[in-house]
Amino acid sequence: MADSKPRSVDPAACQMFDFACEQGQEVVYDRFEAMQPQCGFGQLGICCRNCVMGPCRMDPFGEGPQEGICGATADTIAARNLVRSTAVGASAHSDHGRDIAHAFLATARGEAQGYSIKGITKLKALAQELGIEVDGASPEEIAEKVGEAALDEFGRQEGELRFAKRAPERLQARWKKMDVTPRGVDREVVTALHRTHIGVSNEWKHLIKTCVQTSLSDGWGGSMIATDLSDILFGEPIPRTSEANLGVLREGEVNIIIHGHEPTLSDAIVAAAQLDEIQAECEKVGAKGLNLGGICCTANEVLMRHGIPLVGNFLQQELALLTGAVELMIVDVQCIMPALKKIVGDKCHTKLISTSPNAMFEGFEHIQFDENKAMDSAKELLLTGIRNFANRDPAKVIIPDEKSPLVAGFTTENIFDHLGGRYRPSYRPLNNGIIDGRLRGVAGVVGCNNVKITHDHGHLEMVKELLRHDVAVVLTGCSAIACAKAGLLDPEAAELYAGRGLKQICDAVGIPPCLHVGSCVDNSRILTACTEMVREGGLGEDIADLPVAGAAPEWMSEKAISIGFYVVTSGIFTVIAEPLPVLGSAKVTEYLTDGMEEDYGGKFAFEKDPIKGAHLIIEHLDRKREALHLAPMMFEPRPVDTVGRAWDLEPAAVSAG
Amino acid sequence: MLVVKVDRCLGCKSCELACAVEHSASRDLYEAIHETPGPRARVRVSQGTTFAIPLQCRQCEDAPCVAICPTNALHRADEDSPVFIDHDRCIGCTWCVLACPFGVITLDAKGRTIIKCDQCFERVEHGELPACVSACPTGALQFKPLEDVVAEKREACLLQIERSLSGDAK
Repeated sequence: MADSKPRSVDPAACQMFDFACEQGQEVVYDRFEAMQPQCGFGQLGICCRNCVMGPCRMDPFGEGPQEGICGATADTIAARNLVRSTAVGASAHSDHGRDIAHAFLATARGEAQGYSIKGITKLKALAQELGIEVDGASPEEIAEKVGEAALDEFGRQEGELRFAKRAPERLQARWKKMDVTPRGVDREVVTALHRTHIGVSNEWKHLIKTCVQTSLSDGWGGSMIATDLSDILFGEPIPRTSEANLGVLREGEVNIIIHGHEPTLSDAIVAAAQLDEIQAECEKVGAKGLNLGGICCTANEVLMRHGIPLVGNFLQQELALLTGAVELMIVDVQCIMPALKKIVGDKCHTKLISTSPNAMFEGFEHIQFDENKAMDSAKELLLTGIRNFANRDPAKVIIPDEKSPLVAGFTTENIFDHLGGRYRPSYRPLNNGIIDGRLRGVAGVVGCNNVKITHDHGHLEMVKELLRHDVAVVLTGCSAIACAKAGLLDPEAAELYAGRGLKQICDAVGIPPCLHVGSCVDNSRILTACTEMVREGGLGEDIADLPVAGAAPEWMSEKAISIGFYVVTSGIFTVIAEPLPVLGSAKVTEYLTDGMEEDYGGKFAFEKDPIKGAHLIIEHLDRKREALHLAPMMFEPRPVDTVGRAWDLEPAAVSAG
Repeated sequence: MLVVKVDRCLGCKSCELACAVEHSASRDLYEAIHETPGPRARVRVSQGTTFAIPLQCRQCEDAPCVAICPTNALHRADEDSPVFIDHDRCIGCTWCVLACPFGVITLDAKGRTIIKCDQCFERVEHGELPACVSACPTGALQFKPLEDVVAEKREACLLQIERSLSGDAK
């Protein structure tokens, strides 16, 4: 068992990692160390397994083969692998969007038990955008037409994706020029995969265009549909308070965790949990009540809409079970470690139940969630958890005393709600803040955890550095959870972390310096928010003109690759820590980190150090400000020694991968 | 002798795979993975601080394992041969495992004998390279006479002297 050097900057996670070590319980870090050394061909992206004339690998030192057996070069191979990864990432988001669209349509038609059309304002706005008549029609009638239109986007064979027409004209023109305008959600993935077959696309530039087009069918397609329809079906989020970290688990109550991504499941669980019979059942087993919490993006969905607390992010999923306080973990799709089954058993009473026909795990029980009978399904799951309460051994329970208050629930529509605008928010205060020099710009810090980076360290260091330089930060996914746990989403955070200009804006508008805008599909909110900023005026004509940037300081998944591509090719400079697996191709690497900016208005930077990454962003924002001839920054950055300490623990030296 | 260019090792472990297959009954990858007992590699790629390196028996001239072996299972056939294991004599006492300064001897519990790199002596006799050397995709593993290794080092040394004499910074 690996010795427990600090794996995290989160004291709760450290406590549980130490506990795992004491118990001799294998966790993710142990498997990571056993995997060393990791294959350099894979890391460099120059291993090809696409046909069985292979597998082929290129010699990065120039002596062995420089071409595969078919003649593909390192450039082709690295780019081709990237296409497959992007296609998988886009598929994950878009399949999620499809599931939401199905549930949406069924609800509109009265065929889904347990859901109802909630976000009427957004429904009407979307209907008008799609040219659907709203006068005299009931919400269900409108929703049926909207649902049909949304579902059509998935199988679209003619024309272009409708939601991509929301982008600024110049951006759409750039896509057209590069021939990457997304045509249909499912179609782009199929075409992308086709192009990676042996003997199809072998030109690396064409393959990178394929990555772009596929990712756009996600960001301005599947993900955006997921976000919009989720807001209508489950409720438009409003800023609300809650708590984050393992300390939200409660002794004496039944603790049930929802882990995965699709709010069709988690929203129904939340609704079912409120039923009287559920409370009665809890009391029957001797529990004071039912305590729901979430892990990963489904947690963010029910946090944004219902204030359900966050138990933790990706790297904490095993730790939550180790507390011994969880009766049931319900999972659906994406980012669920099959290793969870190794934690439960004699030492841990938690039931693991999978619910999606897409995601099966050995050792988990499977109870398929039925969207047409959502409440019944949800009830069955909750009761299974409650009945497991008797098996909890109170003596074995160890819940770290760590949790932080937070504010979450910001969207493109509601950020400046109270300052005007009906369907459209007013972005004037934000734009003016940037123009006047109080705000340097906006950064979206998003993405996963990665075992190669001290847990949460990348997110926190980068966000704090940005905040003290008057950069407003929007957060999604596991990054948002990391910042929430550290107190950066607390209303007092501006006082502790923000530069003077940012603090003034926060105080004037009544927002925290870090805005939690939701789950990973909600990265589409960043696209629509940027579009609003352009529309409001004074900051250029295109997203690529805005002083905005993106970052994924601890990314690991293929979904992140798709997001990276759609953000960059919507014109947003994006810094990622772990490089894209293309370093074995000098040409592809050069294009992604330099050349592509001319074609798309955005590019990647690969920077592992979060402080250096923050400064790449700050320099980028300054360049955009200069190009727009904006006023100089009003205030100097806040001195480092006046910035609050998120955790008391200093991270250990980051372990080399 | 087996030489490793550490800066060329990418940790792919092709050498481990090839070694195991070479020392299997079938000597075929697809069959070897189903054999019982399963074949084991004698070379292990290990992670250093910033590098990866395959480690296997150094075939020491004055081998501690040979000196300590109570049954003379570990022995040399002649002056030039690698250090061999007579598996019939080996009693699996593992004193050699303890004596080896490189950690490259291990115990095959099922076979009740120790195993270590034998430098693929049969392949070498037939004019082939050891399996790990053949398998290495970057040329990190090499098999050369000691004299050649020494000669290369001398040449590199001369080059350095030349450079400093002609005033070139290194």
